Amino acid sequence: MSTTETATEVRPFQIDTPDAELATLRGRISAARWPSNELVDDASQGVQSKMLQELARYWSAEYDFGRLAARLNALPQFKTEIDGLDIHFIHVKSEHEDALPLIITHGWPGSVIEMLEVIGPLTDPTAHGGSAEDAFDLVIPSLPGYGFSDQPTELGWDPSRTARAWGELMSRLGYSRYVAQGGDQGASVTDAMGRQAPDGLIGIHLNLLTSFPTDVGAALFGGLIPAGLFKRVAIAVLASRAAKKDPETLDAVAGLFRRGYIVEMPEHPQTIGYALTDTPVGLAAWMLDHDPDSYAKISNAFLGGQPSGGLTRERIVDNITLYWLTNTATSSARLYWEGFRAIFAAIASGEKPPELKLPVAFTVFPGEIFQAPRSWAEKVYPNLIYFNEAERGGHFAAWEEPELFSEEIRAAFRSVRNGSSS
Amino acid sequence: MSTVEVATEIRPFNIDITEEQIDDLRRRIAATRWPSRELVDDRSQGVQLATLRELARYWTTDYDFRRLEARLNALPHSTTEIDGVEIHFIHVRSAHENALPLIMTHGWPGSVIELLETIGPLTDPTEHGGRAEDAFHVVLPSLPGYGFSGEPTELGWDTGRVASAWAELMRRLGYSRFVAQGGDVGAAVTDAMGRQAPKELVGIHTNLLVTVLAGGPPPAESEAEHAALEAVNTFRTSGSGYYVEQATRPQTIGYALVDSPVGLAAWMLDHDTDSYYKMSGAFVDGEPAGNLTRDNILDNITMYWLTGTGASAARAYWERAQAQARAAAAGQAPPEVSLPVIGFTTFPGEIWRSPRSWVEAGYPNLTYFHEAERGGHFAAWEEPELFSKELRAAFESVR
Repeated sequence: MSTTETATEVRPFQIDTPDAELATLRGRISAARWPSNELVDDASQGVQSKMLQELARYWSAEYDFGRLAARLNALPQFKTEIDGLDIHFIHVKSEHEDALPLIITHGWPGSVIEMLEVIGPLTDPTAHGGSAEDAFDLVIPSLPGYGFSDQPTELGWDPSRTARAWGELMSRLGYSRYVAQGGDQGASVTDAMGRQAPDGLIGIHLNLLTSFPTDVGAALFGGLIPAGLFKRVAIAVLASRAAKKDPETLDAVAGLFRRGYIVEMPEHPQTIGYALTDTPVGLAAWMLDHDPDSYAKISNAFLGGQPSGGLTRERIVDNITLYWLTNTATSSARLYWEGFRAIFAAIASGEKPPELKLPVAFTVFPGEIFQAPRSWAEKVYPNLIYFNEAERGGHFAAWEEPELFSEEIRAAFRSVRNGSSS
Repeated sequence: MSTVEVATEIRPFNIDITEEQIDDLRRRIAATRWPSRELVDDRSQGVQLATLRELARYWTTDYDFRRLEARLNALPHSTTEIDGVEIHFIHVRSAHENALPLIMTHGWPGSVIELLETIGPLTDPTEHGGRAEDAFHVVLPSLPGYGFSGEPTELGWDTGRVASAWAELMRRLGYSRFVAQGGDVGAAVTDAMGRQAPKELVGIHTNLLVTVLAGGPPPAESEAEHAALEAVNTFRTSGSGYYVEQATRPQTIGYALVDSPVGLAAWMLDHDTDSYYKMSGAFVDGEPAGNLTRDNILDNITMYWLTGTGASAARAYWERAQAQARAAAAGQAPPEVSLPVIGFTTFPGEIWRSPRSWVEAGYPNLTYFHEAERGGHFAAWEEPELFSKELRAAFESVR
């Protein structure tokens, strides 16, 4: 955040999509040229043809292109310039006095769309099985380069810089005591906020572990770091220690790097960006190939099965349509480039990140890419005040299971809210 | 290869590209939706916007869409069904008696287009600074799933299976004594041919050391070894996204590559640092490196587009990764290559410059090793004359 802020104004925002853009999109979907079908009966070669063709049919023939704007414009949306970028955010205040302000950060391939169904339960708990004391005032920003936020035009927008911007956003909104939550990239941002500990932040909740114990980090990232021989040996020793202790979890995390998207986007976001910007079905395929659990659920939603909770066809297509209309496939991928550069720089410097002393709450969802063991969470978050394994939900927990996710948030922050944790 | 071959016929082939195909392609390029510019001044975020915009401009306004067809149809090319897949190949016989039959295999993101300029020097050496005794009969097949070959419709077309098919192709063409050459995926196929050692095969030459990618970390004691290992690591940490995506999720990336010509061009241009800057230079500065001209580069991309093979070509990486995983799980070392000729040329712009020690570790019976003066990953394409000299020298002893 720059020290001199001149444009601190918070302006109401409404989405206005010209019909011509929607017509172009529909035309491109209909004109898609398709490859031959995969040669397997499962998702082991990637997104399956039958699924993507059904998605394309639904998108161009049945989907209501007006619903994205209608859903977002029904909510109080704003923009404000922070550190040179216009940041888009949804801001819903609870009717309940003493509601706890909460900033929730989405990830990739998500957006604020992931979070819309938690607004009700979190801001209006009495209508959703909670008590007035569970209420939150909600701030849901779009990451820089995502959705209706500006795209960075200079280097350096890694999760830490976004975290500082979020601190500024909350203070600009007048919040002097608040909490933060995130999964996926949102977890990286929220973790960074916890370490920066801006005035007013009193606790965080995460549903993806993005900080790792030293030995686990060495096993995961060690091979990727351009380092001298000595450092390589040290990394190898640490890595073998981690491999002995938690082989299965480590393999699940390492499995992340056996998917191309998480190698391509940190390396060459621009290259993949050209294709994603030019073909809506190519974009849809790239976005749906995130993890096996969410893919299977989304595939089921399109191929006639029951959607898994909130992961319905129209909401999935809302999110893809948002990426398309805002032309943010490339700028969103750049966050991986920035994030990995920051991780490598930190490991290469040998400096540990500042300790996270604030209260940290963590929920493991059963369909998540890996089941973070409590021991890992305790090691990276010494002040772990809450750890729970939820019954249902996966990587997009807030999207898929908004009620259950909201219950987790309520439980996680209950002690912080009452001032009994510090 | 199946044991009962019923369709061994060899049919002449002619490419016929329709006006509709060309119009559709031109229209799609012109309608490209572009992302914002990269935030760096080099290749570190991928293919640069200025390069790709100039490529798109040249492609729609200056490029002759008929050249691809004309270049290929000017050559004797045919198809024949092997092991259930229609294989397309160029077959140029030398006028010289006793020419040595040679099968050369292209890689990804290449095609037979990479190899066209070596046909003259190899089949007609006396016209290209060589001797009659240097002549080759040249066979240039398109890999299954690439170009005008058929796409496999079942699993299992890893490089070993392609190698078996190539031996069958050479037998079918009547060659009872031949040699094989390849770089990139073609090097993996050629390496597999060497290990399968069909009785007609008397030598191989490769220009990418695939044995390094298969085993554990190679030694880094000498200066050359150290530099090569650093280059391998740089590739693995900053340039291997396309490789991992194609090896793990070929179908996912396939949708984008088949639907967006500019997205396809970017994906294909982003192979390695040396070739990227050379190709980028051809478009942005108008200074091609050797034979890597704008027209030749676009012939290759246009071929991938018109044949719609973005996904099927990527699947070759998936198959190879599956085969490597099976081999690793079985813990079996592949059979050694022991042929009269085992040749290798290191080109200076290659992803890593394999030192002789590494090549000898992969091929203990190495008979020819040379470090060429110029050329990179697409050596045959970029430096066809120099590349041809390497093949003459490598295979001299088996003539």
